Amino acid sequence: MKVVVDMNKCQDHGQCVFAAPDVFSFDDAGHLAYVPDPDEALRDEVEEAADVCPLQAIRIED
Amino acid sequence: MSAPVVVAGASLGGLRAAEQLRAAGWDGPVTVIGEEPYMPYNRPPLSKEVLAGKASFDSLAFRPRAAVADVEWRLGTRVVRADLDRRTVGLADGTTLPYAGLVVATGMRPRRLPCPGPAAGRHTVRTLDDARALREALTGPGVRVVVVGAGFIGCEVAATAVTLGAAEVTVVDPLPLPMTGPLGDLLAQALRDRHEQRGVRFALGTGVTAFHGDDRVTGVELSDGTVLPADVVVESVGSVANTEWLDGNGLDLTDGVLTDEHLRVGGRPDVVAVGDIARFPNARYDGVPRRVEHWSIPTDTAKHAARVLAAHLNGTEPGLDPFAPLPTFWSDQHDFRLQSFGAPALGKDDVRVLEGDPDGDVLAGYHADGRLVGVVALGGAAAAAAAARHRAALLKQPALTA
Repeated sequence: MKVVVDMNKCQDHGQCVFAAPDVFSFDDAGHLAYVPDPDEALRDEVEEAADVCPLQAIRIED
Repeated sequence: MSAPVVVAGASLGGLRAAEQLRAAGWDGPVTVIGEEPYMPYNRPPLSKEVLAGKASFDSLAFRPRAAVADVEWRLGTRVVRADLDRRTVGLADGTTLPYAGLVVATGMRPRRLPCPGPAAGRHTVRTLDDARALREALTGPGVRVVVVGAGFIGCEVAATAVTLGAAEVTVVDPLPLPMTGPLGDLLAQALRDRHEQRGVRFALGTGVTAFHGDDRVTGVELSDGTVLPADVVVESVGSVANTEWLDGNGLDLTDGVLTDEHLRVGGRPDVVAVGDIARFPNARYDGVPRRVEHWSIPTDTAKHAARVLAAHLNGTEPGLDPFAPLPTFWSDQHDFRLQSFGAPALGKDDVRVLEGDPDGDVLAGYHADGRLVGVVALGGAAAAAAAARHRAALLKQPALTA
């Protein structure tokens, strides 16, 4: 699975970090970091993360 | 062909309901009916980035999941009646549709002020068309803006109007402070100070009695007789549930659609409600049914309701605990953000500053019976991050009893 976050849209709400903590996190500077090629087993939580992003900045490219 | 699941309403709740029906194993047909001519789009930026011109109207469209590619979208028409005993809905274009399952997702519309006066120049902010019209009005030279209602939308629009260079922006509300309903007085005071420092004026503790002007509005008359000159008026005075089409089915429609703890309507296993129209008991709190207008609710309710409905239609057991979402809301105004987790409104009598102070970045804790039930941060990214650190603890708390 391939995950792309539009960092121009991201406003660091962090909802994706709650939904999929294995894929999304905040770095020490408080900015979003993520795993671009997470394991297929994490699909449900990545889809959840994409759903709950207030800016709809997360795209899943199979 | 078997009857479809009909989803009445094609905004975020309707889209998520269709997607989650597929995810929950409903392989039959799905028909989504929407009054607006547009595919589902994201509404929060309508009072912020898009109104300010920082993001395009096109950027608002949601990307539906691939699993809903075969869903039928009937846009530009609305559901005008329902017969729940016969399992049919009627559309404005005269069509009658039978359904196997019905998702109520028709949402809310803005409440309008009943005061006398001209209609032209008075705006609301709910739809894309609303925001287009308001943006055009706000970008005129030296406009004087009166915002009626100091809630989320009123405060956001006031901030955006200042950003756009409006000559005067005044927010009117009968309550003594802005957003005091969701925030309580401590943060509402801090919020007012911040708005005033950035050029927003307030007329608080007063109502609106009339609009002045002949063909279009030129002023707003307040309860004490004062008239505020106005080129643009924004009415952000709450919302009304779009439930009229459900009349005559014996449902409790007093404020939205009453549901049970699994979002089912009227004791019927084949009818569920999602989004801000659903008045549901939250098992996390006191069990009192409430409507919730937060952005997260359409997605949360759709996920639960779709599993309940799909299980019924497929003859299986959903095996779900009662619906118990952790509320969360945010609001971006000027250069600061409000970020909340939990239910601050249930703890407004015992508000404590947990971090920072109200003049800068601040995190407030809201308590009921001495226990933390919600947090709200006001300020920059650090304050929002501080609020997020309390989320896990708020999730773990046992249910509050009334």
